[in-house]
This record gives sequence, C-alpha cells and structure tokens, in this order.
Amino acid sequence: MKLIIAVIKPFKLDEVREALTTVGVQGMTVSEVKGFGRQKGQTEIYRGAEYTTNMVPKLKLEIVVDDAVAAQVIETIQQTAHTGSIGDGKIFTLEVTGAVRIRTGETNETAL
Amino acid sequence: MNRKTVTGASLALLGGAALLIAGPALAQATAAVTPPAPVPNKGDTSWMLVSTALVLMMSVPGLALFYGGLVRTKNMLSVLTQVFMIVAIVSLLWVTYGYSMAFTSGGTGALAPFVGSFDKLFLKGVTSDSVAATFSNGVVIPEYVYVAFQMTFACITPALIIGAFAERVKFSALMVFMVLWVTVVYFPIAHMVWYWPGPDALKAAPTDVGKAFSWGVLDFAGGTVVHINAGIAGLVGCLIIGKRTGHGKEAMPPHSLVMTMIGASLLWVGWFGFNAGSNLESNGVTGVAFLNTFVATSAAAVSWVLVEHLAKGKPSLLGGVTGAVAGLVAVTPASGYAGPMGSIVLGLLVSPVCYFFCTFVKDKFKYDDALDVFGVHCIGGIVGAILTGVLAAPALGGQGILDYTVIPAVLPKAPYDYVGQVITQCKGVLLTLAWSGIGSAILFFLVDKTMGLRPTVDAEREGLDITEHGERAYNY
Repeated sequence: MKLIIAVIKPFKLDEVREALTTVGVQGMTVSEVKGFGRQKGQTEIYRGAEYTTNMVPKLKLEIVVDDAVAAQVIETIQQTAHTGSIGDGKIFTLEVTGAVRIRTGETNETAL
Repeated sequence: MNRKTVTGASLALLGGAALLIAGPALAQATAAVTPPAPVPNKGDTSWMLVSTALVLMMSVPGLALFYGGLVRTKNMLSVLTQVFMIVAIVSLLWVTYGYSMAFTSGGTGALAPFVGSFDKLFLKGVTSDSVAATFSNGVVIPEYVYVAFQMTFACITPALIIGAFAERVKFSALMVFMVLWVTVVYFPIAHMVWYWPGPDALKAAPTDVGKAFSWGVLDFAGGTVVHINAGIAGLVGCLIIGKRTGHGKEAMPPHSLVMTMIGASLLWVGWFGFNAGSNLESNGVTGVAFLNTFVATSAAAVSWVLVEHLAKGKPSLLGGVTGAVAGLVAVTPASGYAGPMGSIVLGLLVSPVCYFFCTFVKDKFKYDDALDVFGVHCIGGIVGAILTGVLAAPALGGQGILDYTVIPAVLPKAPYDYVGQVITQCKGVLLTLAWSGIGSAILFFLVDKTMGLRPTVDAEREGLDITEHGERAYNY
C-alpha cells in the first residue's frame, strides 16, 4: 500500500476528486493547510499598515491506495491539479505498513 | 446646536412659559400685546426623537462594530464592552450633572464662558412642559427631548477615543478615566462651543454664551466638540499608554472587515440624526444638512479610494469606509452651514489629508494610534472646522451666518468675511486642542499613576477578552 500526499491549489479540489473517483479511489482525507514554496505570498494593506503574508493557503490530500494503482492515481492528480503556474503543489508517496477498518476490523488492502 | 430653556431666574419677570418671545418684545417696547409663548411642534419633536435614537445607533452598535472589526479576534469583546459601557455610564452622568454643566448659564462669574452651573443637577426644573430653544425665533422643542438628544453626543464622544489605544488598556482604569474626562473636558467644551440662550433671548443677554460661541465659532454638529476633542484625547492617550506589544514586529491585521463595513454603514445612517438632527427642528436647513451629510461622505469615500489606488495600487474596502467616516467627520461642523456642492468639495479634500496622516505621518512619528482616531477624527475635524468658515458663505452656496441680534434673525447685509471667519474657526480648533489635549494628558497621567492604564504584557498577549472580561467573541 502507498500513502499519497498531494498539496494542491484549493480551487482544484473538485476536479481532482472527480478524476480520482473515475480511476477507482474510494476515499481521501482533505485538510486546509498553509505553507510556502516557490510561490510568493500576498501583500495585504490596511490603511497605513502593510503585511506580507509568506504563507499560502493550500489543500493537503491524503490517499492510501493499493500498490497496483498508485502510479495511476499520482498521474491523475498531477494532470488534474495542473495549471502550469508556480504554486500548483507537490505529490509525495510513502510506504504504508498497515491499515484497519474500524467498523469491521478488516485489515490492509481490504480495509481501503 | 444650542438652546435656551424657559426655567430659571429670568422666568420670575414674566412667569409661565411666555418669556421666549415676551422678553425681547418687552425690550422693544413697541409690542402692544405679549405674543403667546411658543409651544413645541409635533413634527419637530418627532424628528428630534428619531434623531436621538439614530445617534445612539451610531455608538451601539455602529462605532462598536466599526472599531471591533479592526482589532484582532482576541480583543474584539474588549472594544465592544468599552464602547457599550461608556455609553451606559456617560448617559447616567449626563442626566445627573452633565446636562447642567453643559447647557445652563454659568451666570456672571469668571468661569461662566467655560462651564455652566449646577442649577439643573438631577434635571431639577426640567419638566414635560419646559422647552429648549432652536435656531429659529419662536420655535422650541421639549426640553426632555433636547436633554436626550444632547446626551447621545456626550455618549459617543468618549467612545470615539478608545480606538487610539485599543487592544492595550485596562477596562476598570478606562472607565474611571472616562468619568473624569467627560466631566473635565467634554461638558465644558460643549458649553464653550454650543451654549447660548437661544435666538429669542440672545438680544437681551448677549454675553450669556460659551467662550467659543462668543467668538463666533461655527460648529453645527460637533466638529470641535466631538471629533477634534476625541481625536486629540486619543492621540494623547496612545502616547501615554504606549504602543501595543509587538507593534511594528508582528502582523496585526483587522479580524473582520465585514463588521467594520457594517459598523461604518450604521455610522453613516446614524449620522443623519447627528447632523440633520442638530438643526433641532424639521425644516429646510435640516434638509440641506441631511443632503450635505450624504454627499460629503460619498465624495470622501471616492477620494480616499482614488488616493489609495494611486499610492498602493489597489482600492480597498477599508479605504472606502475610512474615507466615508472622514467625510462624515469633516461635514459635521459644516452640515447646516455649507451647501451640497461645497460639501462635495469638502469631502473630496478631507480624505487625502487624513490618508496622509494615517499613513505617512503615523509611520514617521511611530505612534501607535491603533484605529486612527487622531488621523481620521482629529485631522478630519480640523479640516471640516476650518473649511466651514469658507463654505458657509452664501456666494459658495452656503447658508450664511444669521444675525441673531435682531428678531427675527436675518442674514447680515455686509459681505461674507472669509478671512475673519476662518481665523475664528482656527481659534475654536486651538481652544479645543489645548483644553482637551492638556486636560486629557493630566487625567491619563493621574489614572495611570493611581490605577495603572495598561494590563500586563502577558494579559495583553493572551488577549483582553479573556483576561479582562473572561469570555471569547467566537466559540467555534
């Protein structure tokens, strides 16, 4: 099993989710996060006071999938979350050593 | 914005409520019969009651939300509580002794031009039959209505001050300061600028007026009494209390500009009561004051956003609403004197000046006027007060300055004296700056030395909502 962590632009969520559903992904966890990379933050001005926010809001998706489909899921995210401009995000892959479905006690691939 | 009541010593001469007209009539010695005493008109009375409620709405929730949205989440309730409780406390002081100090004759003593007497302590002698003068000969409103209307002005003025040192003041010490401040600063300045015996009685008692009034200072609805007064007190306060912990190092963006916009809009609506209500009756001058209040505000909102767009590249909501408030402040002294076109010019001019003070001057001198009380209210008030001396001219569409030494009052034949009136306006501004600046400095110093004005750094970091009030604005 693989844990795929994708950090994407917030407005791309629906598109990514739809595309992932068509390739068979049955669930994911989404968090609102902030961070920085190459994309610069925004300058906010309140009357005289200027603040540069160097943290940019993003969404973090966490998806655990069978090894067999991992490559396809990663490719799907890369293609649908893509806009071509700086700040599109990143995708990381980790090994997962175990999974349990709490309701039934099923483990590993059957729990996904 | 002045009044004359029929109770008191002069009543003994004539008895009853007949004196407003009867006094001058006897003085002329030509009147064959004593005209009947004027009675309040139901339309005037209704309008003034509506105006009174509108001005209260400016303080709560208008000003409270305007300020509250501009602070950080952790201090939201502290600002709301300060405004709300100031209004409650000052209204009690007003009916106890404030009205008497501001709007009774000071007699003939040396202090008379500066402060009234205690003749109406606890509203003694004010009844449902007693009346207060307006700006028109023979027109009066019930004195209770006048007391209530003026009360709302006394309530909002100290509440304006708190924005200058928001997020870093102890509630208890602030309330003590405000009790002292309205007593030593507001009530006397209201007396100096607004007290006169009314158009029917001025001829008989030409010296029974406040100091600034005797100079001929024009302040229709409180440019000096309310805005310059509160603005300079705010500056003094923020200098004595010091900067917010972390000021200049940490970001302190407004926590909800939505609330600030709601608050500013409530201020705009309420300000019709403030300015048009200050005519004290319901007539054409009330109408022009209403219209001036509308268009000066619009012009100032537009000019602030334009300046901001040029200087920073983006037009902001906060810029728009700040400009609107600056326009409201500036048109306050001019509202019943200027014309609509003059008011637009006033609005267009005030925002660039206030913008300069809220950005460049504040940065340069590094004072932490957190919500720009000085930059908007004091500076906007000064711009308005001075330009009122120009815009009142009939040649510029203004209403002119009535000569109340004749009955009924008329516009003088002599040409309008621009230079003289502007100098007079400047004297009014300087008097207010000096009285309020020095008086506030002494009071802030005294309260700081006895009770301490600042919470501990830890309490300030934690936020005043929890440490001062034991509650949070938002639980989710």
